[in-house]
Amino acid sequence: MKTYKYYIVSLICAAFLLTSCGKTNNSASGALNSSAAEKVYVAPGEHDEFYAFMSGGYSGNLTVYGLPSGRMLKEIPVFSQFPTSGYGYSEETKPMLNTSHGFVPWDDSHHPDISQTNGELDGRWIFINGNNTPRIARINLSTFETEEIIEVPNSAGNHSSSFVTENTEYVVAGTRFSVPIPQRDIPINEYKGNFQGALSFISVDPEHGHMDIKFQIIMPGFNYDLSHPGRGKSHGWFFFTTYNTEEANTLQEVNASQNDKDFIAAINWKKVEEFVNNGGGTKVPVKYAHNIYNEATHTATSTIKKEVLTVNPLDIPGAVYFLPTPKSPHGCDVDPTGEYIIGNGKLSADLTVHSFDKMLAAIEAKKFDGEAYGIPILKFEDVLAGSVKSGGLGPLHTEFDGNGNAYTTFFISSEVVKWKLGTWEVIDRKPTYYSVGHLMIPGGNSRKPFGKYVVALNKITKDRYLPVGPEMEHSAQIYDISGEKMELLYDFPTHGEPHYAAGCPADLLTSKAKKIYRLDENKHPYAVLSPDQARVERKGNEVHIYMSTIRSHFTPDNIEGIKVGDKVYFHITNHEQDFDVPHGFAILGQNTAELLIMPGQTKTSVWEPKQVGVWPFYCTDFCSALHQEMQGYIRVSPASSKLELSWSLGED
Amino acid sequence: MKKSGVLMIVGSLLLLGLFKFPLWNIMLGAPQYPEPLGMDIYIHGIKGVNEFDIQNIDGLNHYIGMKTIPKPDDMWEFNTFPIIIGIMVTLGVLIGLLSMFGKVNHWWFIGWFGVMSVLGILGMYDFNAWLTDYGTNLDPQAIMKLQNPDGTPMSYKPPLFGHAKMLNFDVDSLPHTGGYMMFTGMMFTVIAFFVGKKEARKLKTRI
Ligand SMILES: [Cu+2]
Repeated sequence: MKTYKYYIVSLICAAFLLTSCGKTNNSASGALNSSAAEKVYVAPGEHDEFYAFMSGGYSGNLTVYGLPSGRMLKEIPVFSQFPTSGYGYSEETKPMLNTSHGFVPWDDSHHPDISQTNGELDGRWIFINGNNTPRIARINLSTFETEEIIEVPNSAGNHSSSFVTENTEYVVAGTRFSVPIPQRDIPINEYKGNFQGALSFISVDPEHGHMDIKFQIIMPGFNYDLSHPGRGKSHGWFFFTTYNTEEANTLQEVNASQNDKDFIAAINWKKVEEFVNNGGGTKVPVKYAHNIYNEATHTATSTIKKEVLTVNPLDIPGAVYFLPTPKSPHGCDVDPTGEYIIGNGKLSADLTVHSFDKMLAAIEAKKFDGEAYGIPILKFEDVLAGSVKSGGLGPLHTEFDGNGNAYTTFFISSEVVKWKLGTWEVIDRKPTYYSVGHLMIPGGNSRKPFGKYVVALNKITKDRYLPVGPEMEHSAQIYDISGEKMELLYDFPTHGEPHYAAGCPADLLTSKAKKIYRLDENKHPYAVLSPDQARVERKGNEVHIYMSTIRSHFTPDNIEGIKVGDKVYFHITNHEQDFDVPHGFAILGQNTAELLIMPGQTKTSVWEPKQVGVWPFYCTDFCSALHQEMQGYIRVSPASSKLELSWSLGED
Repeated sequence: MKKSGVLMIVGSLLLLGLFKFPLWNIMLGAPQYPEPLGMDIYIHGIKGVNEFDIQNIDGLNHYIGMKTIPKPDDMWEFNTFPIIIGIMVTLGVLIGLLSMFGKVNHWWFIGWFGVMSVLGILGMYDFNAWLTDYGTNLDPQAIMKLQNPDGTPMSYKPPLFGHAKMLNFDVDSLPHTGGYMMFTGMMFTVIAFFVGKKEARKLKTRI
């Protein structure tokens, strides 16, 4: 036990040493070099070459950046309420955040992945996982809005997700924490043998993208950390790194670090799919929410589902194997050819690379080194393609440039290391500032990477920007990787925790990016499609205000006959049909959030007046020269008032 | 008299392009409209270049008190012009055919051209009068009332032809496909006249 403590202490010391080394390198590096500045300079009016979608980590959102400039273009609300637009506050979007645990208005979003066809990015959707309350979201890449969120039952700490297979057949949701399945009241120290890990395969409808949990593989009680689909020849397989194969349940930093080797679980999902299609598996009762946003009605609905199909891997011989991988591997990355599976031992200096061909040969020859809970373990030496002796510390994640090179981040020694697939030689290494987690090459997660830039997503920012108190936004760094050596071009702050990112060429998305919602396609049940339909209706103590907006007025603008204790629904339709002209809506004392309503869209805000008076409402989005005049009043009378409802516009 | 008759018929038929293509086009570009807003003017009505351009032009124009862009039923011209063009096409084709049978001579061609030119000038005059009314006859309740340096109220009349700067907008007013087809067709009828003249002289010498 003691030796392990010393080991950790020395790692931490090394981290401090190497970070301070990095700092001295800084002033001499290429950041001040003028050619680096030119490479990231995107002149006014010019567009960036790539989109980068960065997870927001604890912000629960997804932010869109342009590369190489590092300019933030948009923040897309996914798992978190977002007062900027009213997402998660408006009546239409509240159901998006519904779960079996009720309304969960936040999450920890980690790994975005863009949909693929034949292993290449197709730009239809981007998926991202909610880590805390296990969920997967699908975002439409023409509206850049979250369209669907599916909760994942039997799962906990949805970390090894959301990665997609070559044709977006499945998006996977692997559990980081094993838990009792089904959940029940048992002593935590009875973890071993009683806790299990669910690996969920969520099918994606090729036409509208709708998700459905096709099956869950119920695995031994390890921690399933990260995952990657096979591609090319390994298409049909999925690989998951594990840690805590010790199945410890306390002081895991020590107790889960006892085994020299944990596993990469190799799953032949095609075999499982076949088994399931032939009626295999067991339906078990669960409870999970499936939330879908309808673009025509501008409204989300939430359905609670009650059943999921689970699969015991032992029922499908040949479907699951374990590849021993040293030192609590974290990142699990498959190269663009599908041959190499890279397991980065986060407590090691070296990278372990497995060979898919060797794995198949070893399975064929039945060369097993025992089993774990009945699942065959392959012999380390039989599947090993090679290892990269890097001399860095704490390798985490690897991406590929499509030219036979791989780039691995080292958290503890804060650097990106470029190495060659096949020869395993290190070609170059560059410091990051500081403590880099994931890195991203646009398309680096597909068969066709666009290996021009790599973005390092760092955890600590320290002295990179002006200090803003104890907490700073995380820093991303962009490196030019078009040459033999990497060149640091630029630093830029990112919002939330940019845990991982996905990127694609800009022209994959620009032509289909939506500019407006068509008013004549608006099927919202409370929409007003022309201003003469604007009206106010009372149903008991509910008042529905059907309101339209156009530059620069609300129709109607004066409303009377509202009483204390009423529940007032403002249903607002934006009649603009012009790109980028939203209108806002806010009313004094609003307990939810303002709304930001896109051209052609309808949104609803609920307001419950508690005080008598005349209260103003106004547009919050500077829409025109007369934006400041875009306002109105609502008169609130005592609960006992007999005043009839009335509304008007343009009358004195 | 074959060639000239054919030219006369083809020239007249080119006017049919006006039923399909816009006669004129006005584009309004400004920094906040990197994709300019535009109106295509047809003989039977006005359409936006992009689907929502008219709505957006009307939205902008309400600040300065301009009337909304007329719908086909708002202006007699949009009902009358197609009839006039239809008649002129029929007449032109008829004259061409009759000339081929030797019933009429080439002077009928130039006669048709003359009538068409007068109608065209009247049309342009009418169009300009409409632009003037549209650009100067403003709602007295207008939100923005701008004046020229000499104190007279500012006019927002778009140019009849060519480019003008109006407030923050660059306005370009130019003929469009239908208009070019009409001009080409009219040129054909002039050529038909000269060809007809030559053919007549040849015929005379042969006789
Ligand atoms: Cu507004």
